[in-house]
Amino acid sequence: MSNRVAIIGVGLSKFGELWEQSIVDITLEAAMVAIFDSGVRGADIEAVCIGNMSAGRFTGQEHLGALAVDAGGLGGVPAYSVEAACASGGAAVRQAYMAIRSGEHDVMMVLGTEKMSDVNQTEAMNTISVASDWEWEGMFGATFPALYAFIARRHMKEYGTTEEQLSLPTVKNHANAAHNPYAQFQRPVPLKVVMGSGMLADPIRVLHSSPVTDGAAGLIMCSEEKAKEYTDTPVYIESSTQASDTLALHDRRDICTMDAVVKSSKEALEKAKVEIKDIDVFELHDSFTIGEITLTEDVGIAKKGEGGQTLSDGLTEIGGKFPVNTSGGLKARGHPIGATGVAQIVELALQLREQGGGRQVDGAERGLAVNIGGTGATSIVHILGR
Amino acid sequence: MAQHGVAQIWRRIRAIYNIEGNTCKTCDTYYFPPRPVCPTCRRKGVLEDHKFKGLGKIHTFAVVRQAPDDFKRQIPYVIAQVELDEGARVTAQIVNIDPEEVEIGMRVRACFRKITQAGTAGVIVYGYKFEPVLKVTGHSYP
Ligand SMILES: [Zn+2]
Repeated sequence: MSNRVAIIGVGLSKFGELWEQSIVDITLEAAMVAIFDSGVRGADIEAVCIGNMSAGRFTGQEHLGALAVDAGGLGGVPAYSVEAACASGGAAVRQAYMAIRSGEHDVMMVLGTEKMSDVNQTEAMNTISVASDWEWEGMFGATFPALYAFIARRHMKEYGTTEEQLSLPTVKNHANAAHNPYAQFQRPVPLKVVMGSGMLADPIRVLHSSPVTDGAAGLIMCSEEKAKEYTDTPVYIESSTQASDTLALHDRRDICTMDAVVKSSKEALEKAKVEIKDIDVFELHDSFTIGEITLTEDVGIAKKGEGGQTLSDGLTEIGGKFPVNTSGGLKARGHPIGATGVAQIVELALQLREQGGGRQVDGAERGLAVNIGGTGATSIVHILGR
Repeated sequence: MAQHGVAQIWRRIRAIYNIEGNTCKTCDTYYFPPRPVCPTCRRKGVLEDHKFKGLGKIHTFAVVRQAPDDFKRQIPYVIAQVELDEGARVTAQIVNIDPEEVEIGMRVRACFRKITQAGTAGVIVYGYKFEPVLKVTGHSYP
């Protein structure tokens, strides 16, 4: 590819319930770490793109583009705020990718942020529900865990996926997060504890679900040419794709397959001119464990229906053929909604720079991230190379 | 909150009280809720109103045990995707049955119920829920 887009800096805030920090504090923290990591000066940044789902409901503040530029003292540069529910972060990365490839901007800062712990549980649940079809799902009592329970129960019925397999992503992802100093839960959790955790919406248990998290992530992105001025070890975006599906889960052709993920991941592989076997490390959107199971199928790691068995076989562990969610994933790193898609790219970049510490995948040269919005109505895929 | 505004409920009343959707005469597909455009035929689509019979079977379901305040009084409750006989799927609660007895494939019919109430003084929303077809008071599901 002639005009590739490079990632030259990455940064994360702490992930967790950060009572003492505001949305401004965490966003700025991630931005500063990314800027210092990249070696660019504030004055080099031509534009900012920020992904966020619902700061208006979670904190009462909107207009985050201007807010980020103001807080960071970046002067008068343009700032774009993008929203695609849980895929808002991936959408921000993709918007910057397109802006840089078009030649409009050379050096950009990408941010993703969400401050979720400032509201009570009911308000948090209601806000998360607007990522689905509120008028025809949420208003009738379908909570977000219930929608994923719809998928899980159907997957169990059609393919024989077991409750144990439904719990395995949690065990794996917590084990990975034990080596991630930014993760919300940096400790392993035994299978028995996952399988005995409280029910949210049968068959989805508390420990099958990503937590409420405050956090932000940042990237400095620029053209391939410009990257050489700042670093000898850039990571490149080999392809960026996006697809949509029906907003409501009940309108899908098959609720066990996210067609938007199938389409966007196939296109991403084609555009990067690689096959799934060429990918060394994956970040797959595990807002619920059944999501990780169906996504391993939809991107082509496993055949349809065999996602659970793939986990049982250890294929997606670090050291396996297709390591998935080395960061701990949404389950254990945490899921600050708008930050997640950016945080996935941060993890892949760290892996390709061999800075993964105790969770490093040996010789990782290519990574693939799937960031989905709602129950799969938006899918955004990025393939990174070095 | 906006999603509990009276107008936002009122303008959907035909759909949520009577399960009125529409059907595309060009491709013979039924839609619920009514679609503004047939996604298959788009400009070639001919959409007509259709009142669904309210009969169908359970495609998948969940037993909700943790819910926001507006539904807390009802937990545990069964929420399901019901595949209507005409073809569309709808998300709705299943009532008049013990949650433990609900199964995928079970035949259900629509009934009219209170869905939720916004807080203590907010709008009360009525609409469809579903119940087992052969359920008669005093008898268990066959
Ligand atoms: Zn049609």
